[in-house]
Amino acid sequence: MAGDRKRGGTGAVADALDGAWTAAMGLTEPPMRALQRAIGAARMPWAFLAPNLAFFGLFVFLPLLIDVWFSLTGGPRLFPSQRPYVGADQYRHLLACGNYLDPSTCDQDRFWRAVRNTAEFTLFQVGAIVVVSLATAIALNRRIVAKGFFRAVFFFPVLLSPVVVALVWKWILQRDGLLNAVLGAAGFGKTLFFVSPGWAMFWAIFVSVWAHMGFYTLILLAGLQAIPADLYEAAEMDRTPPWRAFARITLPLLAPSLLVVAVLALIKAVQIFDEVFVLTGGGPGSATLMVVQYIYETGFSGVVQDFGLAAAASVALGVALFGLTLAQLRLSRGKEGAT
Amino acid sequence: MNKALAFALRRRGRGWHWTDVLTYAYLSFGVLLMFGPVLWLALSSFKTPAALAEFPPTLLPWAPQTVTLPGDTARYPLVTAKGADGATVTMALKRRIGLVAILVDPKDPSKALHVPADSTRPVRRLRLAFENYVDPLKSFDFPRYLWNSVFVTLVATLITLLINSMAAYALAIYEFKGRGLVTLLVMASLMAPITIILVPAYLVVNELGLVNSLWGVILPGAATPTGVFLLRQYMLTMPRDLVEAARMDLASEWRIYWRIVMPLSAPALAVLAIFSVMWRWNDFLWPLVTLTTSDHFTLQLALNSFQGELQVRWNYLLAMTVVTLLPVAIVFAFLQRFIASGIATTGMK
Repeated sequence: MAGDRKRGGTGAVADALDGAWTAAMGLTEPPMRALQRAIGAARMPWAFLAPNLAFFGLFVFLPLLIDVWFSLTGGPRLFPSQRPYVGADQYRHLLACGNYLDPSTCDQDRFWRAVRNTAEFTLFQVGAIVVVSLATAIALNRRIVAKGFFRAVFFFPVLLSPVVVALVWKWILQRDGLLNAVLGAAGFGKTLFFVSPGWAMFWAIFVSVWAHMGFYTLILLAGLQAIPADLYEAAEMDRTPPWRAFARITLPLLAPSLLVVAVLALIKAVQIFDEVFVLTGGGPGSATLMVVQYIYETGFSGVVQDFGLAAAASVALGVALFGLTLAQLRLSRGKEGAT
Repeated sequence: MNKALAFALRRRGRGWHWTDVLTYAYLSFGVLLMFGPVLWLALSSFKTPAALAEFPPTLLPWAPQTVTLPGDTARYPLVTAKGADGATVTMALKRRIGLVAILVDPKDPSKALHVPADSTRPVRRLRLAFENYVDPLKSFDFPRYLWNSVFVTLVATLITLLINSMAAYALAIYEFKGRGLVTLLVMASLMAPITIILVPAYLVVNELGLVNSLWGVILPGAATPTGVFLLRQYMLTMPRDLVEAARMDLASEWRIYWRIVMPLSAPALAVLAIFSVMWRWNDFLWPLVTLTTSDHFTLQLALNSFQGELQVRWNYLLAMTVVTLLPVAIVFAFLQRFIASGIATTGMK
């Protein structure tokens, strides 16, 4: 794109890019110049903002409003004006429950199972991510050979698509898969991992930690590198044992980064869908059904498409996310202020 | 070699501490756990269906060797067995009756040998089953899925770069009434991920007639708050004199944007381009909702639908998965440092 500056280096490619860039300029400039003459230079920022704002309005803010309207209306129709107003019925239906600890007593038992599963998933996944990312960041921050290679090894699954991640592990975890072969060599029988609810949830958590920990490791690594080295040198001179240096120096100084990692992971975990959906399909039964999958199935893939109920569940999820995002913004602002 | 190793692993001023041992043990385990599964997938994708069905699986793609017998078009597996005289013979396994295997000499089918079935060992050789990759190109709609994914990724990234940079330019270069409000709006859109507006976003796309169209996948995610902020932060660091000087020369605002600000933002645009390509190539939930007929599927949707079939054809599925992760692997190999520092500085992915 920056053809002007690249020309010396890469020759033909840069020339072609530069040519295309100039040609695009020739095409777009006359109408934009005419627009500027028509509305005046002072209003041009709005012209520049218009496409982006139009997209936001059409695909984010308008849907947010319709979301609320959907959740207050019933019936099978998709078009908002054809949907009869039912007040808080959808929410009543969604939230009605004899005993919240026992989903089978709820009207929408699948929703409450999904809430329970998502809570369990989030608790263990975020906990595991914090611990594993911290351990990995500390290992990578030590004086080691091939640091770049090791960092890349832990990071690369972040870039893989959730579907690919799920298939990679599904292939290993299937009945005649690699893991059962390894376990078999160690004298264990074959385990059907996706038939047992406990194992299915365990692997859902394990796989998503595997896929995402590299991202959080990078954040923690940056945090570790910001801790002044002379603190550790002073500790070493005082013959402070490593675990004590960790507890007294590393942990307190890394606390803001750890908090950011925890909140970011939390926001992601609450919205978990792709990997788990492909890996377990929400099963066995509804043992790994998550809230977003509930929304997707209620609104789109079920026998009966219930847009109102799906929207009500979306709004509930949105409220939870809103709180978490506010917390994140506060934290990241606090962090900026501190450094 | 030992000297080189000792040099690489030497410790300045101190010997090996137990924490060093622990660190390397942990990192080695990490290499196995992170690389192993993907490597296993890639190795498996070169196995024939017969080799894939084997349990316990072999590490490398060994394929059982087969031969034809004179006067017969079928192929028979080649096996080794102990002959009557105790010598090992290599013959074709004609059929198996109960516990007895009937072996025949491929050159002279009249010479048959009856041996216990469990004493035969298949003859195998290393063979990469490239047909796993070639067949889907011919018989499935694989090229179409690939094209759909490429189209969505490229077009969406171009649109994102264009409209996000325009918005960032407006927010970074101009002082105007309402700028604070717009910045707040862009930030607020961070709070509405697709997971919570799934139903109404579908309604909008449906009303626009874009269900089961690649445009229905491309357009809703084109305006990204992260992209606008990333570019705006970068443009804010640009010297304003450049813009002022261009205005003195009566350049139009569009020319300033296109000729001065965009080229100078190339590094930030490159970061956004990489992120956008990753987002779009890997996107799943939104395409799953909008694309319901298989001829519009992207690679991710095709993979998902293949793995959900009753009889999963793993040999093709594995090969398709490898093709799907290949572009990401290539991008990663070349731009690893770039991506890592991009994430470290922006905190997004």
